[in-house]
Amino acid sequence: MSAPVLQVEDLRVAIGRREIVHGLTFAVEPEATLGIVGESGSGKSLTVLAATGLLDAPGARVTGSSIVTDGERGAVELVGARPRTLRRVHGDRIGFVFQDPTTSLNPLLTLERQITESLEAHRSLTRRAAAGRALELLEAVGLPDPEQRLRAYPHQLSGGQRQRVMIAIALACDPALLVADEPTTALDVTTQAQILELVRALQRDRGTAVVWISHDLGVIGQVADDVLVLRDGEAVEHRDVVELTDDPRHPYTRELLAARPRLGVPGPPAVDADGGVLLDVVGLDVRFPVTSATGRSFVHAVDDVSFQVRRGSTLGIVGESGSGKSTIAHVLTGLARPTAGTATLAGQDVLGRVPADLRRRIAMVMQDPFSSLDPRMRAGESIAEPLRAHRLPRDGRSPRERVAELLELVDLPADFAGRYPHELSGGQRQRVSIARALALEPDLLILDESTASLDVSIQARVLDLLLRLQAELGLTFLFIAHDLAVVQQMSHDVLVMQRGRVVEHAPAAELFAEPRDPYTRALLDAIPPERPRAALERAG
Amino acid sequence: MRLSPRQVAAFLGRRLLFSAVVLLGVLVLVFLLVQLVPGDPIRLALGTRYTQEAYDALRAASGLDRPLGEQFLSYVGSALTGDLGVSFRSGEPVTQLLLQRLPATVSLALVGIGIALLIAVPAGIWSALHEGRVSDAIIRVTSQLGVSVPDFWMGMLLILLFSTTLGLLPSSGYVPITEDVGGWARRVALPGLTVGLVAAAIMTRYIRSAVLEVASMSYVRTARSKGLPAGVVVGRHVLRNALVPVLTIAGIQLATILGGVIVVEVVFAWPGLGRLVYDSVAARDYSMIQGSVLLIAVMFLLINLLVDVLYALVDPRIRLA
Repeated sequence: MSAPVLQVEDLRVAIGRREIVHGLTFAVEPEATLGIVGESGSGKSLTVLAATGLLDAPGARVTGSSIVTDGERGAVELVGARPRTLRRVHGDRIGFVFQDPTTSLNPLLTLERQITESLEAHRSLTRRAAAGRALELLEAVGLPDPEQRLRAYPHQLSGGQRQRVMIAIALACDPALLVADEPTTALDVTTQAQILELVRALQRDRGTAVVWISHDLGVIGQVADDVLVLRDGEAVEHRDVVELTDDPRHPYTRELLAARPRLGVPGPPAVDADGGVLLDVVGLDVRFPVTSATGRSFVHAVDDVSFQVRRGSTLGIVGESGSGKSTIAHVLTGLARPTAGTATLAGQDVLGRVPADLRRRIAMVMQDPFSSLDPRMRAGESIAEPLRAHRLPRDGRSPRERVAELLELVDLPADFAGRYPHELSGGQRQRVSIARALALEPDLLILDESTASLDVSIQARVLDLLLRLQAELGLTFLFIAHDLAVVQQMSHDVLVMQRGRVVEHAPAAELFAEPRDPYTRALLDAIPPERPRAALERAG
Repeated sequence: MRLSPRQVAAFLGRRLLFSAVVLLGVLVLVFLLVQLVPGDPIRLALGTRYTQEAYDALRAASGLDRPLGEQFLSYVGSALTGDLGVSFRSGEPVTQLLLQRLPATVSLALVGIGIALLIAVPAGIWSALHEGRVSDAIIRVTSQLGVSVPDFWMGMLLILLFSTTLGLLPSSGYVPITEDVGGWARRVALPGLTVGLVAAAIMTRYIRSAVLEVASMSYVRTARSKGLPAGVVVGRHVLRNALVPVLTIAGIQLATILGGVIVVEVVFAWPGLGRLVYDSVAARDYSMIQGSVLLIAVMFLLINLLVDVLYALVDPRIRLA
């Protein structure tokens, strides 16, 4: 048996005096994929960047050993290696794909230039030969019109196309090892499925070994042969992917497996049929003007959308980026103006000029708990601000009492009112955002990807909280998400949107059991299945 | 993707149209300046030389006896043909007076911005690439000092050193470059250095933060992950992307110096626009003030146009937007 492509021994990373990665040992075998899974702060990216010599954090100290071996070209120690040695390995023996394809390509250079750079550096190819190779690579990663695209700039491509280009760059010199750091996290689920397929196919053709970092066990199940579960810089479990999924030994692995959103989880309890309709949207249409060098055009963000939401129920709205789902939330909260259509809350018009007492009956929780709270305001002040704006509460209690009550409602201790956002975790911040939204005693709560940026274990707890609040307070939810599994868990009815139009609208049970529209089916098919791919391959 | 000539024309056309609209706004404001002045500008301009005949003559010559709308149209009409009226004070054409001052101002500005770029670009880049090291600290402290020191003080120190003590350079005066290149260079050196050092201090700080911001971008990590030589990572990936903010600040600095660095011009007895504006304000020579403001505004617009075109050359997102 040949030597591992990457052999890491007792790798430790400290920043300042704090050790963040505590003595990890693992190996990546030729042509195999090691999945590294963990939640935010587990040190998974740090580990791999340190092991490959690409870590560039001020004050970081890396100790231990990490040896890359590439057939007859011999072994190279990367920990403590000189910059010259690392430059010879990077791009040549190890290729990298990073998370966000919108920021990981240089906006000022053509795709050709970005692909040919490493060929010129490592293979001493002429510009012309490198250009020919770049074209082959763009063809290999399945970019449409590769010849034309060579001259294109990153901003002229979609997110999925950019990630294909990143993969072309990483594979330019046919490296023995490909490091993929959350390569599909910023992509839509259907695009994610394509990229997963692409990497697998390329790996099969070229025999590349892969280290795939992800927070998503579903994705890891699709790509990995072995899995390393990290928590707080320590290896919790390191085993074959099928064994790990079927028989997790460590409680943390079990927790992660249990918390990941899965299709087929029962939805919320049924609601009273005689609650009536709370929100009624008819023929909603939103167009945004776009000015460009060639003149003005319009983006049809929402195209003739109608739906009703029953009081006390949840309508899930799913769709990929650009489907118009957030625009609906913006229109209902007055952040965007519709071109046509009506929307009424319990019979009262909520579009256009709306009295404050009606406006406060619709509240919204945003996606990013890091940017949606003012960093200079204590949690209590953030929650009290809408109370003051609407002179609430009106029953004689002080805003302070109400804030304490709201914090209790979202399961936070009352003394959290005095904390600043940076003193709170992501999940706690999102609870504060929910408390702030509930401060106005709304009838309708719009949750726009409100749990999308949370770790799975925290997302699961926030979803439980939302279900409990709905039951206790009789809230009506508009639950906007891209994750179908989460939507199934939360929704009574589901609306599927594509490019501003409603392609399917049905009770959740019906839609998930028998999706009618091909697009709904494509979305469902793109979700990584619960069983690892390796299990199915070995079975048959 | 190459741009078609039509796209280039469309881009330039839009920018020019924008400049024209701003220019019209400036014309309106400049025109109203004289109308809004408290008191009678003719009376103020004449001062102790006031007689009824002189008053009537100047009033008729400046057209202030005609209706407002007519005055505006004729003002815009003559301004567009280069006629900015006559100076209330000297009776000479404003355009001619401005053109006399322009070479001195342009030479000071170009020398100043040249010195500033020569210092600020390497210092800013070095500082950013050696963040937290001693050399970075020295550059940061020095540039902070340069920003804090008033320009006239800097000018006086330079005079003290180079002319009074060392006797190397003349402390004041101006010789046109067309007459005597050596004499011009010796005389522009100290005011140029004064203006340049102040601008360099400001620009160093901008360039440092622009380079630092770009260096933290994900695409710079991508460039490093390709194993490119360090010079290529910095040159092709960091510096090119840092160029847009640097162009912005360089354009603003150049326009500011062109608009007249009054105190520096006074310290060095430099016959530039700044001193002309200063003298005109002191003498309440409103037609002269109008003309100078207009000229300075036009120079700002031209530099902004130039910077916009440079942006588009650097950044495909701007030219292909």
